[in-house]
Amino acid sequence: MFLAHVSSLQASIFSLLAIFSLLLAFVMLGSHWLRNYVYAFATESWLIAALSAAVAYFGGYKELYVIAILTALFRGLVLPYLLMRIVQRLNVRREIHAVLQPSSSLVVGALLVMFAFVIANHMNFQASTAGQVVVLALTIMLSMKLLGFLMLAVRDEAVSQILGLLVLENGIFLGSQILVPGMPMLIEIVILFDLLIIVACFSMLIRYLVVHAGTTSSRELNRLVG
Amino acid sequence: MAQPWMLVLFLAPLLAGVVSLVVRRSRVSEYATALAAVIDLLVSIQLLREALAHRLIFWHNYILLDNLGAWVILCVSIVYALASIYAVGYMRLLDEDERLPLFYALFSGFAFTMLGACVMNNVGVFWIAIELTTLISTFLVGFEREAESTEAAWKYIVVVSAGISLALLGTVLFYWGGSYVLGPSYAMTWDALHGSAAQVYPPLLTVSFLLVLVGYGTKAGLAPMHTWLPDAHSESPAPVSAMLSGALLNASMLGIARFLGVVHGTSVSKFAHSTVVGFGIFSFVLATVFIVRQTGIKRLMAYSSVEHIGVQALGLGFGGPLGIAGALYHMLNHSLNKSLMFFGAGNAMRAYETKQISMIRNVLRVSPVAGTLWLLGAVGIAGAPPFALFLSEFTILRSGIAGRYRWAAIVFAIFLIVVFISFLAHFRSMYFQAGPEPKVRRLPGAVWRVVPMWLAFVPLLILGLWWPRGLWNAFMQIYVGLTGGTP
Repeated sequence: MFLAHVSSLQASIFSLLAIFSLLLAFVMLGSHWLRNYVYAFATESWLIAALSAAVAYFGGYKELYVIAILTALFRGLVLPYLLMRIVQRLNVRREIHAVLQPSSSLVVGALLVMFAFVIANHMNFQASTAGQVVVLALTIMLSMKLLGFLMLAVRDEAVSQILGLLVLENGIFLGSQILVPGMPMLIEIVILFDLLIIVACFSMLIRYLVVHAGTTSSRELNRLVG
Repeated sequence: MAQPWMLVLFLAPLLAGVVSLVVRRSRVSEYATALAAVIDLLVSIQLLREALAHRLIFWHNYILLDNLGAWVILCVSIVYALASIYAVGYMRLLDEDERLPLFYALFSGFAFTMLGACVMNNVGVFWIAIELTTLISTFLVGFEREAESTEAAWKYIVVVSAGISLALLGTVLFYWGGSYVLGPSYAMTWDALHGSAAQVYPPLLTVSFLLVLVGYGTKAGLAPMHTWLPDAHSESPAPVSAMLSGALLNASMLGIARFLGVVHGTSVSKFAHSTVVGFGIFSFVLATVFIVRQTGIKRLMAYSSVEHIGVQALGLGFGGPLGIAGALYHMLNHSLNKSLMFFGAGNAMRAYETKQISMIRNVLRVSPVAGTLWLLGAVGIAGAPPFALFLSEFTILRSGIAGRYRWAAIVFAIFLIVVFISFLAHFRSMYFQAGPEPKVRRLPGAVWRVVPMWLAFVPLLILGLWWPRGLWNAFMQIYVGLTGGTP
């Protein structure tokens, strides 16, 4: 096990990167402006890339360097670029009718992180440094999941919903780099690839939405009920 | 000798898709798709026979042809064959002739990814295959480009991708748990996960299983994660609705069944079965409530799918030879019956140009043959003998009464009666209630739309009267494969 031999310096580097990624999820949660979401998402992806590189360096997993580069390239540059283009083309700059105000969603987010910590603590069975890193990684993995779901639930704009989905997946990336760096690499590459397809799909759907439903706010999507 | 057959199984839809895209003639693409689908149906029968003889693993451990996978392949190919024959008659009515090649290319691609998911031995690649089915079918759901179908497609992709990402997290956690037993790097096959599951820390295993169950449950349409399903099923063209309901839900149930097999024999097995029973009974009850109050004809069918997926989950959750056999038999019967129902609904929708049940009246006078088949299908899907769903539901009920979950079986029995009454009440109003004399168009190509209804109806009747011995033996073999023969 890679984590069994982790030194305290390495543990703190991993923890720092992971915690900053979580903070950026909160930045997304606490802002009105779509542009800020995209920037925060890009930075988060770069941090995850840095984390992959750190795990690759300390753990001796060479293939993780490739994943670091791919993450930085696709999730750090290409996806944010595409999203920014959508934001500009749609001419929506801020979330207008969020269900929850940013301040209250921050509070809910904090509660969700506490919940994630409780679950993570139950799932861990190791003491020592390895155990601490595991709990942290699990907490951040689960709380980014929950925060992503929160964003999906309280935001209406199509772009914010796409970002919510991306945050959901960022959590998995982050956690899996720390917990299972030896996981066969095929999966990660295909996930990166798969994300590009998702964005292609979404950009098309948003275009459809503008043409046919006249809006990109999911609040207006209320024809199909019951 | 299964490899050549496997190649044929996957090359047929692939070639049909490529031909559709390259030739760009709608007539060529519809016949190519139907031909590929029929070939797939024949090959899938052969593959099931091979899989019952041996369990085959090849291509560096990535491909697994086992009896369970082959069974789901058979169910998927049946729906693919029926739906692509029906599509020939149905899609011509949409006045979208120049976009039809694209439709058929996507249709074959959709079938290809579902069939692919059934043979994946690597748990991660299985996840990717399921995710790919979402990506492709989104465009099929939104194919009509109406505001409603766009809305349905959007809800479909957002809800399902969010849900399925939980399954990915669960998969990663399963792998992590296994890495304490098998070392940091190992091939993530179903066998490897099952082999290590007993030694994984139980709370970790519990959380992993729950995540996977909710993830694939979203895709399978288990309530309360079913919210995308009525919209997507009701807004897509009828052949696509049949594929979503009869094939896609089965492919996702395969994931749940396999993960139940992975945790079988561990300390969380009992808990896992209880949660599956819980989701099953909740889906069943919730769908029943919506069936009672339904006003749209295709949404009625969609909620009936939620109901029947709930029944399958109940069978898997009850477990035991009867439960597993009932669930697998139900999978086949539901695929046949729900295709029949969606075909009938598509016919009615095109003829009356409405989706409202209250606007559809005097069906028998408009289409005596197809109308009769549709009515008999409705009797079948409500769970009445002599149709096949009665046998499978009865088997599942028996396994529930005999086992630990008697309360669930009792709730199930009560709500079966409610479904029967309310579902058929809608059909009574469409067939026998006096209404304005329908002004109905005569539509061309009726043969293509009626033949697949016969093709679904006849086996449904036969399977309802006679449960073949060979099928029972196959189910027992699958049961032993999933559980090692221990309850």
